[in-house]
Formats: sequence, C-alpha cells, structure tokens
Amino acid sequence: MTVLVDKNSKIIIQGFTGKMGSFHADEMIKYGSNVVGGVTPGKGGSKHLDLPVFNTVKDAVNETGADASILFVPPAFAADSAMEAADAGIKICVAIVDGIPSHDMIRIKRYMRRYTKSSKMTLVGPNCAGIISPGKSMLGIMPGHIYKEGRIGIISRSGTLGYEAAQQLKNLNIGVSTSVGIGGDPINGSSFRDIIEKFETDDETDAILMIGEIGGPQEVAAGEFAKENMKKPVIAYIAGLTAPKGRVMGHAGAIVSAYGESAIEKVEILKECGITISKNPSVMGDTVKSVLEKM
Amino acid sequence: MDIHEYQAKKILSNFGVTIPRGGIVYSPENAENKAREIGGSRWVVKAQIHSGARGKAGGIIVCNTPLEVAQATDKLLGKKLVTNQTGPEGKIVNRIYIEEATDIEKELYLGLVFDRSSESIMVVASTEGGMSVEEISKEKPETIIRSKIEVAVGMQNFQARELAFGLGIEPDLIRRASETIIGCYKAFSELDATMVEVNPLVISKQKQILALDCKMSFDNNAMFRRSQVSELRDKTQEDSKEIFASDRGLNYVSLDGNIGNIINGAGLAMASMDMIKLAGGAPANFLDVGGGATPEKIVKAFKLVTMDEKVKVILVNIFAGINRCDWVAEGIVDALKKIEIKVPLVIRLAGTNVEKGNKILKESKINYIEANTLEDAANKAVTALNK
Repeated sequence: MTVLVDKNSKIIIQGFTGKMGSFHADEMIKYGSNVVGGVTPGKGGSKHLDLPVFNTVKDAVNETGADASILFVPPAFAADSAMEAADAGIKICVAIVDGIPSHDMIRIKRYMRRYTKSSKMTLVGPNCAGIISPGKSMLGIMPGHIYKEGRIGIISRSGTLGYEAAQQLKNLNIGVSTSVGIGGDPINGSSFRDIIEKFETDDETDAILMIGEIGGPQEVAAGEFAKENMKKPVIAYIAGLTAPKGRVMGHAGAIVSAYGESAIEKVEILKECGITISKNPSVMGDTVKSVLEKM
Repeated sequence: MDIHEYQAKKILSNFGVTIPRGGIVYSPENAENKAREIGGSRWVVKAQIHSGARGKAGGIIVCNTPLEVAQATDKLLGKKLVTNQTGPEGKIVNRIYIEEATDIEKELYLGLVFDRSSESIMVVASTEGGMSVEEISKEKPETIIRSKIEVAVGMQNFQARELAFGLGIEPDLIRRASETIIGCYKAFSELDATMVEVNPLVISKQKQILALDCKMSFDNNAMFRRSQVSELRDKTQEDSKEIFASDRGLNYVSLDGNIGNIINGAGLAMASMDMIKLAGGAPANFLDVGGGATPEKIVKAFKLVTMDEKVKVILVNIFAGINRCDWVAEGIVDALKKIEIKVPLVIRLAGTNVEKGNKILKESKINYIEANTLEDAANKAVTALNK
C-alpha cells in the first residue's frame, strides 16, 4: 500500500549495529527494501553493512532523505527512539520490540499530538511483525516469500497468525497488497481502525482480512467504523474462543476484562457490523475466497 | 505482576492514603505481640494471598483478644485458601496481616485502570463498596461514576473533588477524600501500575477516610525500572509451571484440558487452542515459545509441558519464518533425545523450508504423527487422545 510503504520508501534502521538490527536489516535488503542507513548513537560516521551509520535520526533524515524507520532498540529506550523518529520527520515507523511499558506507549502517543494530521508520523507496533507490501518493500521481520503479490489487505495483532493467513491465501492463489502487524500490546501505535481506514482508500486493495484476538476494544471499534464508512468487504477472525477470563494470553493486550472483549462477544458484534467471520483459523483463506467470489 | 494487600497498603500510605494500623506476621507466636503493639480492642486477621473474595473463603477473621488473634493466625497459616478467583487448587497462606478493626460508617469503591479506548487512566468510583466491580456494574450500574485522566498533565484537584462529591461524601471530608483519590492516581502513574483498587474505601465512625482493602497490579514490562516493586513478587502465589516458564522466557498459562501445546506466537497459540476445542478436545495449556522458536526454547517447552501430569497428547505447531523449519525440526529432534515423551506427539510445521523440516523429522527415529494444516493437527491430536 503506497500510503504506508512502497519501492521508493527510504528506510533507516534504529538500533542498526545491534544483533537484531543487523540481521533484519540484511533480510530486508535481500527482499528488496530500500534501506539507506541506520542510527546508533555514538557510532555516527562509520559504515555498517556498507551503509552509513548516524548518531541521530535527524542526521540520517538530513543526509539520506529517509522517510521510514524500524526500531530494534531495547524496550527501555524504545519510547525515546520512536519520539526521536517522529520529531525528525519520519513518516512511518515500525516498532518491532516486545516489552515497552504501557505508560511509555501513552507518553509516545501524547507526544505525537503536537503534530497536525498531515505531518504526524504513523507508528505501527510495538510487539509486531511489521509491514510488507509484497514485491515492493518489507519494513518488518516476516518471511517475505510466503506473501504472494495481490489485492488483499491483512491486519493482524499476531505475527505468526498473520503468516498463517498469508500462507493459506497463497495456497489458494490469492495475493496480498499489504500486510500490517499492529502488535499484541494493550496500547499500540496504530489500531485496527487506523489501518482499515487506510486500506479503504488504497487503490491496490479490494478486501481486508482482519485478524484479532481477545482483549481490548479495537476490533469492535474497527467493525463500527467499517459499518459506517466502508465499501470494501471486511473478513475477520478472532482468536481466543477458549481463553479463560482475566488471564493474559501471551500478548500483554490479550486479556478479557470487560464486556465486548471476549472472542465470542467480538464475533457477535462484528457480525452485526456486516463483517464476514472466518469461523476458525484454518479457514481464513477459504472465507476470503468465498467473499471474493461474491464480489 | 500482583502484590499482596499489605504491600499495596504500604505503597498507598506512602502516597498519602490513610490505612488502618497493622502489621505483618509469619507465625502465630508473633501474632499476639503484634496485636498488642498495634493496640485497640478488636483486630482483623487477614490471610495474604493473591486473590480477592478472601472473606467468603474464611480468610478474614475478626478477633476480640490478642489470644484470639494468635489462634486465628495459627488456623490460617499454611492453609490453602480456595476463593472464586483462585481455581480449585487454591493459594497457600504464608503471611498474615493483622489490622486494627475499623468502625465502618460507609463503604465506597475506588478503582483505577488503563482505558484502552481513550488511552488514558480511568478512575472508577461507586457508593457500593464491598461488592466486586463486576457485581456493581451488573446490579447497581447507576452508582458508578468515572473520570478520565489525561496522563500528560495528571489528575487535577477538581477531578478528584467531582468524584468525591459524586460519592455523596460530606463537605468536611471532601478535601481528605480528594487527597486520597489523587494519592491512588499518583501511585498508579508513578509506579507503572496497571490496576489500583481500594475496595472498600471506608468512612469510619470517627470520620476518617481509610483504605480497608487494596489491590495493585503492575506492568511486567516496566519492572526493569521498578526494582522496589519487583522485589515484592511472591512466587508462592504463582503456578509452579508458570514460574518455570516465565524464568525461561516462555509465555505459559495453565488450563484444565489434556492436550499439551507447544506453539510459536501468542495469536497462533490461541488459534490452535480454538481448533482443539472445535475438534472436540481441550487444551492443557497455552504456550508461546516466541516467534523465533529457537531449539533452546523448544527443549524448555517440552520440559514444561511434560511436567504437567494432565497432558495425554502433545501438539507442536510451529510456523517458521526467519527461523526455518529444518532448523526447528532439528531442535525438536534434539529435544526428544533429552526428554522422554510417553504420550502421543502430533507435529505440524509450516512456513520456510517445510519440506526439509518434515524430512528431518521423518528420517529421525522419533515417534510422532505428522500434520499438515492447523485443522489437521487439532483433529489428529484429538484422535490420538481417544485411542
């Protein structure tokens, strides 16, 4: 989706010279992403993977014209790095890191309120797999080859369940325009609603597969938005029908604490919003296929 | 992370919340002295476990003499208390909190949580203290008042005042009530809490505003900067398998069924559990070995799942991305050399290099059932169970 990343996106890696940053930078470059450099404070002026390293995101943006970044910094410093990216004029930032305190996430989001809608950075994550527009660019850690180029948009809180969906679609010869992992944390940079809205206006996307799970109000908010504002069909699967109430299921955000947060309740509400439900995780691809056949 | 009532009270009192006089004891011998030290003529002996609804489970005893305090302490210490929140196995009582009894005039409810919709801190209050917030919202929803706090500026006095007046608190006590509410807010925001609950918050006959029972939970992700809070962790209150898991970087939740799971990724793990249920089985656990599913994590996961005697079948479902299936398969083969599995094992690999991975499994001597899809894996696990 050109509104998030495309072939022209100039990507920098924050936490470039670390083990994770180096490994995934290399994977992204191999996929064909336009990685132009990275940031590691104190190592500015050196080269890493044949690319320039900068001390600050501002330096990187000034020198390379970077407009996208991906964070591989430890959780304790991630909020600071995300705000640095926003301030330097980065347009899209993906936070892969798992373990950012919720209070820090709220701080980032409050910090970003200073920007107007047009100048505000889109933050995706944390605790996510990132973004891929198959054949164009990968700003994430997913296995690129399981995504076939095509016209389905995927939004998923879970990384591996998003892969599962991409694989099922590929097996049915259905491709993906863009897949966005929004992450499993209670407070995240972009919600289902934020991304679903972008897909609605994306010329390269015909239908959207939304993969949610227990906990939080986001799936329902996206469903209500879709009901009022969307023409493109939305298909959804909600994981966690068997999850017990009040327990955190791996993702910090996957906890049922209020009405409308369990999988069954979410499914009911989404159905009322006119969304097609994939009744189990093994038929996500088939459900998309049947919706496409009706279009 | 949860902490005990007495720990939460200590924290809140540091933030200006008044609590009844009290002290912690670990033995009946100390209990009698502690009661005398606290003073007064009536005491409440409170079992410290990580659960609410302790009163109904017999974990809170009112005593009239220091001797009774010692007897009540003796009765509760070492006992497993089963409440409607602990599950049937209950939680062990290793610490007793002795508190001066309060003459209650009015019981209120005060709770603070994150509001995920507005991404702010929500303060919830009600005049119906003593009931759980779920009960209040079901039976007396009209008594609930809420205030959303903008975290960048923090809670303002007027917001606390509005809540206090909303609770019908008499004018002379409004200032003290506001200070109490703001104290709870500060504790929440300054210590990376995810929940603060004072229930009941009471007005005593002596016109004091007191936190009679408190609960606090904290953000595990923030413990790196809250060493004083993380020291309050009490592992005796956690499931031993869950401690084993968290110490090894695995996400594990113990459940009631008999199909053990080893899965990478929290979403895929929940989805696999759903498939097991649809196939007519029940998961024994939720287990996410992490997106990477490294061989070391797989060995640890097998150890963990085989610790659970309920497990009659093990289902492994790995969607390999950057880590390839052949690498994951080698990890599984290696794990099974170290750990003996006495129950049927179903393995489903998917993603990068799946053919290579399945070949490695087949050519190894391990005894397992191969599955291709999520559905196939769940069906085969349930079938293996019924054989």
